[in-house]
Amino acid sequence: MKIAVASGKGGTGKTTIATSLAAVLDRRAQILDCDVEEPNCHILMSPSINCSEVVTLPTPLIDMDRCNLCGKCGEVCNFSAILTIGKTVLTFPELCHGCGGCVLLCPEKAISEIPRELGVVETGQAGDVEFVHGRIRIGEAMAPPIIKEVKKRINVNRIAILDAPPGASCPVINTVRGTDFVIMVTEPTPFGLHDLRIAVDAIRPLGIPMGVVLNRCDIGNDEVNQYCNHAKLPMLAEIPFDRKIAVGYSRGDMLIKTDPDYMNMFERLFQNISCLVHESSKVHEVIPA
Amino acid sequence: MKIAITSTGKNLDSLMDPRFGRAPYIVIASSDGDLLEVIDNAVNVNAMRGAGIQAAKSLADRGVDVLLTGHCGPNAFTALQAAGIKIGTDQTGSVKEVLSRFKDQGISFADKPNVEAHW
Amino acid sequence: MKELVIISGKGGTGKTCITASFGHLADKKVLADCDVDAADLHIILQPDVLEKEEFWGGVKAKIDPCKCIKCGLCVDVCRYEAIGALLKIDGYSCEGCSVCFHVCPEKAISMEESLNGHWFKSESRFGPMVHAVLLPGEENSGKLVALVRNQARALADRLGIGLVLVDGAPGVGCPVISSVTGANHVLVVTEPSLSGLHDMQRAVKLVQNFKIPVTAVINKYDINLEITAMIERWLEEKGIGLSGRIPYDTTVIRAMVKRKSVVEDDSGPANEAIRSIWEHLRHDVLMRESQRAS
Repeated sequence: MKIAVASGKGGTGKTTIATSLAAVLDRRAQILDCDVEEPNCHILMSPSINCSEVVTLPTPLIDMDRCNLCGKCGEVCNFSAILTIGKTVLTFPELCHGCGGCVLLCPEKAISEIPRELGVVETGQAGDVEFVHGRIRIGEAMAPPIIKEVKKRINVNRIAILDAPPGASCPVINTVRGTDFVIMVTEPTPFGLHDLRIAVDAIRPLGIPMGVVLNRCDIGNDEVNQYCNHAKLPMLAEIPFDRKIAVGYSRGDMLIKTDPDYMNMFERLFQNISCLVHESSKVHEVIPA
Repeated sequence: MKIAITSTGKNLDSLMDPRFGRAPYIVIASSDGDLLEVIDNAVNVNAMRGAGIQAAKSLADRGVDVLLTGHCGPNAFTALQAAGIKIGTDQTGSVKEVLSRFKDQGISFADKPNVEAHW
Repeated sequence: MKELVIISGKGGTGKTCITASFGHLADKKVLADCDVDAADLHIILQPDVLEKEEFWGGVKAKIDPCKCIKCGLCVDVCRYEAIGALLKIDGYSCEGCSVCFHVCPEKAISMEESLNGHWFKSESRFGPMVHAVLLPGEENSGKLVALVRNQARALADRLGIGLVLVDGAPGVGCPVISSVTGANHVLVVTEPSLSGLHDMQRAVKLVQNFKIPVTAVINKYDINLEITAMIERWLEEKGIGLSGRIPYDTTVIRAMVKRKSVVEDDSGPANEAIRSIWEHLRHDVLMRESQRAS
């Protein structure tokens, strides 16, 4: 089973939920940090990393002996990453999306490809939990290829917990696609509600069952609860604000370490999700018949 | 000699625009100060990225010799250099003023970009 | 004109609450919400939208089923797995590279601009504001961020306003780069947690890549004084100024629930801290730099 943990708004406790859920499932779990711009799972889980692989993107390399300066490569590139100008062909690797169009369409077959580094994917162990995270190079704009590499390392024999990037844009969709369930973590404030709505609207078309975990459930107002009722989003768990939890998190402690009483809650959370996933798969089986 | 000046408007009295790739217009003038052509740069203004590269390409296609502008980033600089276009940065005032200053006093051409890459 | 951008590597550090507070404290300014992924500034400012514009982002491929002969060439050349077995384009995966368009022997594929979101010119109780929303699931390329900033600057220019306050995008990718390039000053908001420290370091490095002056604020600093000290040491080592510290204070949330910035509402320690940070920024950063420029 693959469970993604997402949140429209950053800082609502997404990583807190993902790491503690994985830790409670222990040897049955694998955690994959897909928030490649700001990966934080490793801070809470202190994994031992045993493998680090560079993620690259193929970018063009011109053989000037073959090039006749026809300019076709520049015409077909939608990203301004290659350009015939004066008596030469320039490439701008940081603008290249690695589509391979210039290579394919060069009439002289003068273009080959060399890899450009986008970031790294690291794998290891956090106790008995398998650990994977991706990390984008600073100043690099392309997260999706790194997320894809992280997801390639999903272990189907384990319960994969994917920590998604915040927000509701492309990288979030890339992360949650193909998962069996999405936990939306939010807080009961106007910001929390607004960003939850956007994320739900973005993820809902994928047809993946969702549920909400309300963090710091006693700090704001009741609007998130009302919205969840209305939008038929099951409320999976509520965690009250506790300065002790905030302090524990700040030191890099997982929630279940700061307060082991929460272990039961995470076990119930998992059982709850298993039931919901099971139900929704039954629904899907019925539809084709 | 063809001189290109980044501009906020379509004529010589317009205020020049300090941006290269994303200037709304690029005015091309002769060294005598005659207006030769105005490039509507709207496509580049809204380009996702690589605006400066595309603007450099359109100057190269028109056989421009000198570009007078405010800022020039590294990608545009590389492209302009490859095309053999000389670059004068940190220009201010109207297009006409920039032109006459260039004609009367000359300027020292830039040997490196004067802003960071951005988009 | 001065442009102050408020960013935070990590979400939830209070960036928007601080931006809104500065919006109340600053004399004349235009506000820009560049956190288009999760634009929240308007929740506090409740602006009246004066103009709403469509934002058309990149192109996406479209297959004309009448012309398609199902040869599958497009599927083979697409590196983003955006064309499924049924020869339909998956909009979420399509990068808009046009390779399929170029190779299709039947010219059955066209590249069409896609509506990515909307942007707005509005009037709020703190003055003019430019903001935007991305449609759910759309790619935030930074282009919309750049557009919002440019519109805010143009508006400030036209109205003769000397300050643009920008609520920046999160992370260290394209949107945040678009939020900070060419700004006069960047304020990084962080919190005393190891994640906050980690993400702030990445954000600061990014801003320094662009040689933009940067200072930091530690929000909820008293949650963990040890880590606050760690952050301060790191900042000192890197020669980055601390614009101030804000204590944990429940009045911030109480104000937010009432759609107010904390400096408009109750008095309290956060209110006072933000006021003193604003004074510091106004005097030491924005005014001094303008003297240097003139």
